[in-house]
Amino acid sequence: METLIHGEFWTLKELFVLPNEYIVWSIQIVMYPFMTGLVAGAFVLSSLYHVFGVKQLKDIARFALVFSFSLLFAAPIPLLLHLQQPFRALNVILTPHFTSAIAAFSVVFFTYAAIVAGELWFLYRKHLIETYQMYKGKEKKSLWDSLMVILFGALTLGAMDLSEKALHKDEKAIKFLAALGIPVAAFLHGYVGFIFGSVKANALWMTPLMPVIFIVSAIVSGVALCVLTYIITLEIRKFLAAGKAKRAEAHVKIPQIDSADLSVIQLSVRYLVIFLVFAISLELLDLIFRGYTAVKSWDILRSVIYKNDFVPVFVLQYGIGDALPLLLFLLPGFSMRRALIGTICVLFGVFMMRWNVVIGGQAFSLTFAGFMHYQLPIIPHDIETLKEGLMGIIGVFIAPFCFFWVVNKIFPVFVKKAAVAGGS
Amino acid sequence: MTRRDFLKNSALGVGGATAAMLGLQIVNPKELFAAVAEEKGKTRWAFLVDTYKCVGCGMCVKACKTENEIPWEANASRTWVERYVITKDGKRYADSPKAARDGFTNSKIDLGEGHEVEVKAEDIDKAFFVPKLCNQCEDPACVQACPVGATYQVPDGVVLIDRKWCIGCGYCIMACPYGVRFFNPVTHTAEKCTFCYHRISQGLMPACVDACAFGARKIGNLKDPEDPVTKIIKTERVGVLKSDFGTKPQVFYIGLDEEVK
Ligand code: SF4
Ligand code: SF4
Repeated sequence: METLIHGEFWTLKELFVLPNEYIVWSIQIVMYPFMTGLVAGAFVLSSLYHVFGVKQLKDIARFALVFSFSLLFAAPIPLLLHLQQPFRALNVILTPHFTSAIAAFSVVFFTYAAIVAGELWFLYRKHLIETYQMYKGKEKKSLWDSLMVILFGALTLGAMDLSEKALHKDEKAIKFLAALGIPVAAFLHGYVGFIFGSVKANALWMTPLMPVIFIVSAIVSGVALCVLTYIITLEIRKFLAAGKAKRAEAHVKIPQIDSADLSVIQLSVRYLVIFLVFAISLELLDLIFRGYTAVKSWDILRSVIYKNDFVPVFVLQYGIGDALPLLLFLLPGFSMRRALIGTICVLFGVFMMRWNVVIGGQAFSLTFAGFMHYQLPIIPHDIETLKEGLMGIIGVFIAPFCFFWVVNKIFPVFVKKAAVAGGS
Repeated sequence: MTRRDFLKNSALGVGGATAAMLGLQIVNPKELFAAVAEEKGKTRWAFLVDTYKCVGCGMCVKACKTENEIPWEANASRTWVERYVITKDGKRYADSPKAARDGFTNSKIDLGEGHEVEVKAEDIDKAFFVPKLCNQCEDPACVQACPVGATYQVPDGVVLIDRKWCIGCGYCIMACPYGVRFFNPVTHTAEKCTFCYHRISQGLMPACVDACAFGARKIGNLKDPEDPVTKIIKTERVGVLKSDFGTKPQVFYIGLDEEVK
């Protein structure tokens, strides 16, 4: 349909809305800060071990770093799906117009990517070399083996030194990059907050608190996702090993989720709670401040927040996303299952927060006298409703796990302790 | 190769190279800035809307849609007309159905989602029409927001969009406090009023100005003190929309009401 304006399909207008106004930034723009938030948060979790030396987090730290790297590939996907002219995306790099908050995205993003990739390389250098040598040493090489020789040879970048001194240097480099990565990760996400916070035309978005709120909630979501995926991966490994043991009818050792794992998770959750409390305080501060100062836009914001969007804001975001997990984490008798449910709630809550910012920010008209209601396209009937509908979100959700599967082949998360640097 | 061929070929080669060099000639920034400054000194387009004269017939919207090839049935328009109705019991209504393309022909007010309300003439305290278009702001929020520079301001003040370069991110649409921008459903790039730049730069009037039978819309050059529109803006009481956003809009209104959003 050549006459349908972008956004018209999922926007319902109520009362006085300007003719050209639609919910132009739809679901993929909800996904975009959500995904970058996960990247940044996962990285911060891994840095807790590398920089601050929280020893118990060692295993999950390595996991978090690899996962952050996989998420990194997925982060720009929502942006590409959102663009009306995705094939021109490179224009942002060709002619960046730096007064725009979006223009620096590629710079910030690639800086951050370089840091994560660098840290990952140092962390797995030993493993890469050993794998390379293992394949190279094979007497009869299959085509696959030869390919692996090339791949791992290239990944070592020719640095084959495995002396004690070199490994020690690796550790230093990891620590340095992890430390450098924290402000950059915070910047990456604070910057996403700035993209919204600096839109002066939008009464809900425009607040200098926006970048801070985004950073903290990013950490919350990243930690939650790491804990969640960590638990699930442990379970899957256990399950697979059990299957193997059965088939072989031999005494393959089944990795048990033991108390050590539980304490790792409990510790991560403790950090999660700290950041969560911080995030809730900031969001409430923003809300209270708006209510107290009650400038011109407050009338319409109030009716959006307390009336039209009551369920997504207070029930889904604050209730299920904040209060419920806090209860689950803080009540005595912490268990793996509670951690699992709690982190799922937290992730959902952060997603709802992004939703309430992006969609909620467009829920009222510039006239302050009308509302726009968003209806997520479920069943796609054209490319637009496919990209910016339920299918689009599902795709973006699945992508990082696919990347993780691939990345994990090269940088295995669950390796023998000695194979990676920082194993002391 | 004969001597003659050689000469011919080298002549061709030299000629070709020169032509190529001419094509690639690097713009001298000094000259460019001088040219921009000169143009800036000569012209600053501004618009004047006399809301007292507007009857809400929608001829301007029709003309605009046709002139600028915005699909007739598309629910968006580069310009539109709003109707405001304030009743005796203090109720405030406003609407602009189909951007007022078909004019306001009855007293039913569009409430969105298919609802309407009928307001009786005797219940009305005041009612009026307000035409809207891009304000070609002096400090345009949209230009600031465009990440690739596809939205830009020309020296005579008009803000234009490069349809070949726009990536369709929609940041400008979010950034404009006046809601004048939308995605063109045909080109899938950002779209908005340009004061009919293709016309005014050729000495013609914008399509809407020509189409308005009541003289509610006028365009002028603020840099020309003899321009009748400039004279009105300079000497009479005019207002602009939403000045608190700091974009310095350049569409001036006579008879602007506090109600106008
Ligand atoms: S009215 Fe909006 S689109 Fe027009 S110049 Fe101003 S900010 Fe840009
Ligand atoms: S939609 Fe086009 S013109 Fe608007 S900000 Fe994005 S690239 Fe620039």
